[in-house]
Amino acid sequence: MRFARYMGYRLVTALPVIFGIIVLNFLLIHLAPGDAASVLAGESGAATPEYMDALRHKFGLDQSLGMQFLTYLSNMAHFNLGYSYRNDADVSGLILERLGPTSLLMLTAFGTAVVLGIILGLVAATGRNSWRDNIISLVSLVAYATPGFWLGLMMIVIFSIGLGWLPTSGFDTVGAGHEGWAEVKDVARHLVMPAVSLALFYLALYARLMRASVLEQTGMDYVTTARAKGQTERRIMTGHVLRNALLPIVTIAGVQAGNLIGGSIVVETVFGWPGIGTLAFNALQSRDLNLLLAIFFMSACLIVVINLAVDVIYVMLDPRMEI
Amino acid sequence: MNETVLELEKLTIALPPGADRANAVSDVDLVLRAGKVTCLIGESGSGKSLVARSILGLLPRPHVRVGSGRILFEGQDLAVAPQDRMRAIRGAKIGMIFQEPMTALNPLHTIGRQLDEVLRIHTSLGKAARRARVLELIDSVHLPEPARIIGSFPHQLSGGQRQRAMIAMALLLNPRLLIADEPTTALDVTTQAQILYLIRELQREHGTSVLFITHDFGVVVDIADEVAVLQRGTLVERGTAGAVLGAPTHPYTKALIAAVPKLVPPAARPANMQPIIIEARNITKTYGTRGLFGGRVTLALAGVNMELRRGETLGLVGESGSGKSTLARAITRLLPIDSGQILLGGTDIARLPRHRLRPIRKRVQMVFQDPYASLDPRQRVIDIIAEGPIIHGTPAFRAREEALALLGLVGLDASAAKRFPHEFSGGQRQRIGIARALALHPEVLVADEPVSALDVSVQAQVLALLADIKARLQLSMLFVTHDLRVALQVCDRIAVMKQGEVVEMAPTAEIFFNPQHSYTKALFAAVPGGSWQDRKAS
Repeated sequence: MRFARYMGYRLVTALPVIFGIIVLNFLLIHLAPGDAASVLAGESGAATPEYMDALRHKFGLDQSLGMQFLTYLSNMAHFNLGYSYRNDADVSGLILERLGPTSLLMLTAFGTAVVLGIILGLVAATGRNSWRDNIISLVSLVAYATPGFWLGLMMIVIFSIGLGWLPTSGFDTVGAGHEGWAEVKDVARHLVMPAVSLALFYLALYARLMRASVLEQTGMDYVTTARAKGQTERRIMTGHVLRNALLPIVTIAGVQAGNLIGGSIVVETVFGWPGIGTLAFNALQSRDLNLLLAIFFMSACLIVVINLAVDVIYVMLDPRMEI
Repeated sequence: MNETVLELEKLTIALPPGADRANAVSDVDLVLRAGKVTCLIGESGSGKSLVARSILGLLPRPHVRVGSGRILFEGQDLAVAPQDRMRAIRGAKIGMIFQEPMTALNPLHTIGRQLDEVLRIHTSLGKAARRARVLELIDSVHLPEPARIIGSFPHQLSGGQRQRAMIAMALLLNPRLLIADEPTTALDVTTQAQILYLIRELQREHGTSVLFITHDFGVVVDIADEVAVLQRGTLVERGTAGAVLGAPTHPYTKALIAAVPKLVPPAARPANMQPIIIEARNITKTYGTRGLFGGRVTLALAGVNMELRRGETLGLVGESGSGKSTLARAITRLLPIDSGQILLGGTDIARLPRHRLRPIRKRVQMVFQDPYASLDPRQRVIDIIAEGPIIHGTPAFRAREEALALLGLVGLDASAAKRFPHEFSGGQRQRIGIARALALHPEVLVADEPVSALDVSVQAQVLALLADIKARLQLSMLFVTHDLRVALQVCDRIAVMKQGEVVEMAPTAEIFFNPQHSYTKALFAAVPGGSWQDRKAS
């Protein structure tokens, strides 16, 4: 009951946040110079002022900013994200089509980073100052300092061009017509390198955080209590320390889940991954405002949802959280 | 004679190279007998907690380890016993409880689960049998509604309840020895009395041997059968409680006992007829949030009235959460209040804006409880003391000169000026804190638990310093403390606070000999070792 009330409270307070995002997005995008008509005209080499005006009229760009905003708001209220003149398609359709690959990439990268990071951090902390700890610390330091796009390019050079193990780009093998497990395997092979280059930085970060967190927790009094009960070191680690040490990781990972969207733009471009990232990049290049606005809006909503999810997870992990 | 449960033979615990001494404790001989409570008493740094931990093999290895000597328990030497053997003993044959029950319990597990863990480790009992045993023990430590308690998390219980749960956990398997490491230090005085009584009761019932680590002679009086005194790693005196407390032979023991403030009020002084310097009129303060969806509000001050006369020391006593620190901070305007008036020399300062408050700040200064946290670790001592006067417009060189003079006043050497706070001991840091407060020539000194973080011998010195300075500079002092012994020693009048209200305020002798409020009576009754002090006084 308390939980339901808390969720209701959080959802209601999320509404003004989302409205603020809509206003801010709209204003920011209209601050940028140039519009879709000028880009279209520029690409075709030359255009008469009459043609430009016709284009602007067609896109509704000749109306006042206030009118455009009201139209935008009313469309949003009807869950109508608008029409991309550039792609000649509904924005919602474009996004939905790309949402699958992006989600797959993000979830894989994020899941790998969190799970492997936690495991490595735990391994490093339990063997403090041993060779395991030193190797993990060294590798995570290097990974922490390596830019994702460079790593992506290097992997393409080594694993695709040099060794020929993995495909260089794309979501699946075009025209191969795989089905069932063969398709899954094909997509997975394409997924490996983008996911790794996106995940590695976060993996290193979580490994370091987890190591520090575990070390901090093992110095706590309740660990001594568990020892005084006669508990084994292994059970103290799994039964007592692990969950306590996870709490800061959940907080940080929650904040950073949003950053992954930003990171995915670069990685998707490097690997030609047909996701939201490449869509956003192209939309930006071609001043496709409707599409850009929709992508911004969707990313922002995603972050609101992720924050909510993190808080819920936190409440479940930590009984001290009052809701 | 009761049978020996555990014997320490020439126990020496080695410290890592570079520590302030080679061994934490050297050649400690101690015999713990069944059915007896042995108190190991010592000041901070004496090594008493390490002795306790060494018995269970819980020393922070590899840095600190048993150097030599034997720990004999049931015919084996625990100092060299292998880990799996130690695990079978821990929790089953020797139980342990700690100082701070909040951190000693895992915050994420229910009380029931943490007790159950002991039974799962050491017995093959089924789930129902384990639950029955847990409920039985929870009941035996007099926790209400055992079925509800085992489903609760540590933060949902009070400090006293948590310590009861810890005791239940330590006694689940009827251990032959219970090690209690300062188990009541973090508790309020009335709760402390109850926990001491509980340990006594359970220990008599089961004939358990208890090793009780403490720094508090009052507690020793209440619980000990036998006493051992540890001074910087050396056992200087041991014997029955009556012998050690009644007729100590070692000079260190004598000095320690002499430093314990007596539970007697000072000789009645003529009533202070000086003008009132600071006065609180009906001030209220709430903590918490009021939100759209409700919220929790705690009433910290519920309409408090008090006044402090020039040259007077008023004690604010009460248990944690009574509002005494809040009142001290409200009066100095370090905390905003919700309503009421604060009159300083007749003018209301409760609503003054920040810039008009600044000249008033120097008239009221504070000394804080924790000398470790209240001094900026990156500032040199001279800058710490001179900063206040410089803010108020004293030229820097003059402020520094005065700071040097103040160091002399609080009994520190002039060479202290160029050093940083971490180079000083707790008592010295508190002296620096006092010098800092005095630098602005305040009329009122507000001291919030200024000696409760200090050892008893250091405490006596700091109290003497405060009394001396107060008399010399004609200061008025608001003295916040939870320790009634200290309050009796330094205060002219005492205000007893409970749940945000002053329940009683009277001259010290009056409140001691003739307390009116039932809560005041309960507080005095709960002071550990009260009867002992009466004897000493008569």
